[in-house]
Amino acid sequence: MKELILIFMAGVLVNNYVLQQFLGICPFLGVSKKFDQASGMGIAVTFVMLCATLATFPIYTYVLVPLKLEYLQTIVFILVIAALVQFVEIVLKRFIPALFKALGVYLPLITTNCAVLGVTLNNITDGYSFIESIVSSLGVGVGFWLAMVLFAGVRSRIENCPAPKCFKGLPVTLVSASIVALAFFGFSGVVENLLK
Amino acid sequence: MQILIPILILAAIAIVCAVLLTVASVLFGIKEDEKYVAIRDCLPGANCGACGYSGCDAYAKALADGSADKTNLCVPGGDGTAKTIAEVLGVEAEDVVEKVAYVACNGRCHTVDKKYEYVGEKSCRIANMAYSGDRFCTYACLGYGDCVAVCPKEAITIEDGVARIDPRKCIGCGLCARTCPNGIIHLVNDTTRVVVECSNHDKGASTRKYCTNGCIGCGKCQKNCEAGAITVVNNLAVIDYEKCTNCGKCAEVCPVKCIHEGNFICGAHF
Repeated sequence: MKELILIFMAGVLVNNYVLQQFLGICPFLGVSKKFDQASGMGIAVTFVMLCATLATFPIYTYVLVPLKLEYLQTIVFILVIAALVQFVEIVLKRFIPALFKALGVYLPLITTNCAVLGVTLNNITDGYSFIESIVSSLGVGVGFWLAMVLFAGVRSRIENCPAPKCFKGLPVTLVSASIVALAFFGFSGVVENLLK
Repeated sequence: MQILIPILILAAIAIVCAVLLTVASVLFGIKEDEKYVAIRDCLPGANCGACGYSGCDAYAKALADGSADKTNLCVPGGDGTAKTIAEVLGVEAEDVVEKVAYVACNGRCHTVDKKYEYVGEKSCRIANMAYSGDRFCTYACLGYGDCVAVCPKEAITIEDGVARIDPRKCIGCGLCARTCPNGIIHLVNDTTRVVVECSNHDKGASTRKYCTNGCIGCGKCQKNCEAGAITVVNNLAVIDYEKCTNCGKCAEVCPVKCIHEGNFICGAHF
């Protein structure tokens, strides 16, 4: 249990995919302009990460490992995740239209998101068990959501700031993103000592 | 032989995915309402919200499922759109009352002094929070261009510190009217030829002090209007367009020239 909490917290804070590992930067910069959108994207990514882990872990363990085809994991995972997102979209549209509407355009956008692929691959590399993988992807997803929401707040403040003309728009956004990332480095080492 | 196995495995996984997706789309797929798709295709897609729905998609949906019965709500699309929608739905087409926006403020920078130097964010909404803006006239166009930013057709420009709307480009969506913090942008039918270009409710004497073009509420237009369409309410002339005959008498007699007449509006949808 302690182990699981550790993995979860590590995913949220210490190994934050966006701010520490710099994966999934495109949605981080693309849809963080408004709070609701950022939050929606974060929830959608968490959801897809969970589904992707649920699908890719068994495929890796029961198909690729027995056949000694571990080196195919990247391409197989891309394939499986892309198909999975499409599948989830169809199912959601039919059975939970409210959720489908809430996730909106973000679902198809995530199809080829590197953070989703990253979490599934890292789960394998880190040698997690099935349960640990699920907890890890949940933590990473929550971490992604946290980064999105935090940065949406930062951005709404930047919008109303008189930045110098040469910094307006993307430059000031990137600079502030790096400062937010810097702040997150303060968490390294925190989690290891949290449960001692 | 060695190389064939991974290829086959990969292909097998891909085929399984493809089959699953196909099965899923056959089993769970929902057909989009044909009507909805047809209506959405003939709407202009400006998502301006002039129809009262949150966008073209929402209006199309409302029309398709019958919760909206008026086919003539799309102002930007005009009569053509209303007709095609009516054809899709199989109902009688109604004409669209095309609208055009105008700014009810005459004040140029050289006629309206500033009461302080505003150096904040270039936004009417924010400037308006500081003592109703930097103009002496609290009803004046602030000139920081919030309307310019929302206009989907780039029909608005700031000239001499006052927003001006090009009626030929204006599609009458009313986004600017909803954005203006002073509420001095109004929508009128595009057949209108006379408008009161002032929103000032102050007494004539105080209006005169800071604006040479402001309505002083003298009532000359009211007296001279043959149709009885003008009333001075709260020191400001108001035209009742139900009665107005576009004769232009009021514009002639107005001593401060705040009632304007001309092609500047009726040219909207050539």
